[in-house]
Amino acid sequence: MNTNIAQTLSAGQSTFSVDTIRADFPILQQEVHGKQLVYLDNAATTQKPLSVITTLDDYYRHYNSNIHRGVHSLSEKATAAYEASRKKTKDFINAASTKEIIFVRGTTEAINLVAQSYGRSTLKPGDEIIISEMEHHSNIVPWQLLCEQTSAVLRIIPINDDGELIMEEYRKLLNEKTKIVAIVHISNALGTINPVKKIIDMAHAVNAVVLVDGAQAVAHTGVDVQALECDFYVFSGHKLFGPTGTGVLYGKQELLERMPPYQGGGDMIKMVTLKKTLFNDLPYKFEAGTPHIAGVIGLGAAIDYVTKTGLANISAWETALIQYATAESAKINGLRPIGTAKEKISILSFTLDKIHPHDIGTILDHEGIAIRTGHHCAMPVMEHFHVPATARASFAFYNTHAEVDRLLQGLKKCLEIFG
Amino acid sequence: MFDLKDLYQELIVDHNRNPRNFRKMQDADRVVEGFNPLCGDHLNLYLKLNQDQIADLSFDGSGCAISVASASLMTDALKGKKVADAESVFNVFHNMITDNKLHDAEEIEHLGKLAALLGVKDYPARVKCATLCWHTLHTALEGKEKTVTTE
Repeated sequence: MNTNIAQTLSAGQSTFSVDTIRADFPILQQEVHGKQLVYLDNAATTQKPLSVITTLDDYYRHYNSNIHRGVHSLSEKATAAYEASRKKTKDFINAASTKEIIFVRGTTEAINLVAQSYGRSTLKPGDEIIISEMEHHSNIVPWQLLCEQTSAVLRIIPINDDGELIMEEYRKLLNEKTKIVAIVHISNALGTINPVKKIIDMAHAVNAVVLVDGAQAVAHTGVDVQALECDFYVFSGHKLFGPTGTGVLYGKQELLERMPPYQGGGDMIKMVTLKKTLFNDLPYKFEAGTPHIAGVIGLGAAIDYVTKTGLANISAWETALIQYATAESAKINGLRPIGTAKEKISILSFTLDKIHPHDIGTILDHEGIAIRTGHHCAMPVMEHFHVPATARASFAFYNTHAEVDRLLQGLKKCLEIFG
Repeated sequence: MFDLKDLYQELIVDHNRNPRNFRKMQDADRVVEGFNPLCGDHLNLYLKLNQDQIADLSFDGSGCAISVASASLMTDALKGKKVADAESVFNVFHNMITDNKLHDAEEIEHLGKLAALLGVKDYPARVKCATLCWHTLHTALEGKEKTVTTE
């Protein structure tokens, strides 16, 4: 055990204490298989602070009602809280207007919305869409479907053996037929941070629009959509310490104005006759039906929590954790890291010689340690590295150096069993 | 509390490290592919029949220790058996690995070395790893489809 590592650090304006942070996450205070839980599956979903849990409870207990329609007090309170979350989200990613913030179910729905609304209404046969080899399935399949529907062509930016985009190949793919570039900000399987600003600038030079999949990014690094100049930015609430079933589509207002609705229904209309419908203004045009009101209000609480903790503090703590985990795990015989990009976040994806990741997952679970094993919904990445699956430990700011030690001990146990 | 050693018994670890009958069979009568999309476990099962007898049985592919050991133990146990007997072993094994009952010594003895896989019962997410090869065999014996998935 490395007990000498400081449990606090100072970065930015406030002091960060991991013990204080951990006390805010009730789920971490439990044993699994008789051992203190070590939760290292944060890239799949993050845990929720008490403030998020009590926000949901408070909504259902005290002001559960539908939004944007009732004149009664509960509805007004729910509407105000829901719209307050939109404002918090706008500030969080520095959008120009709350009209540019559309609440959806998650990253997947946001990408499908852009593909089906923007893509389907603008693409012509022979137009090209560029994605990369490191995309999550949710940023591959919607574009494949769109290509089938429009006879557009999908082009792929390859990756190198460190798990980084080969930018020279991207440069070659861009041309006047390129209409959409859809790229992951941070890879869920590798942890690679992509140079999205450069990717966006290069795409804009050929007048293509860019969608950035920020599912893994928003909880780890500050995002400024105006500085990036991205056309669309999408992420999920549940990977940002918020409720499942919530997500955000940011789109530039001028693009969203031009796009046809994705789904029809209540709340997205101004007036309906049986012959014709007048659609609502942004952002409501894209929010048909009763949304996940409690979830969105909870997402606002999650953003408050992250903002209060400070992304600079979070990033500094997680960087220390991944550096420690990377250095210590390199000492384990037969451990092969998958994803060794120069710029990466706190994700340690790896294989262990002759031990299948699912066996690692079961053995670690028995030690109370939760990691993800499998293809991480990124089968092309697995194909690139010629592995059927990897084991992945992904860290959040509530994880500790002592938990990294527990992981390493668990891996040694795997080697003992299969040695 | 479950003991990890019940799952990863010496016999399982050994059959994972040195799987028996791990080879492509050139003159197989039937080849069926088994696939577990959740885990990525993937095997090809090769079956050679001599009338109603399993003349030869082999496999190749990749997967976790449980899936490899299970296929190794299965091929070892069933080679030379009558098809009807193999189906009967399949039923007994499948029932024992998926039900919630405790089994008496006689039942467990009936399974022979296959009993080593019963530790999987305590790990519901891993049952499919152990049963993939059996479902693949079942399909091969029926002689219908070419691909089996656990989903």
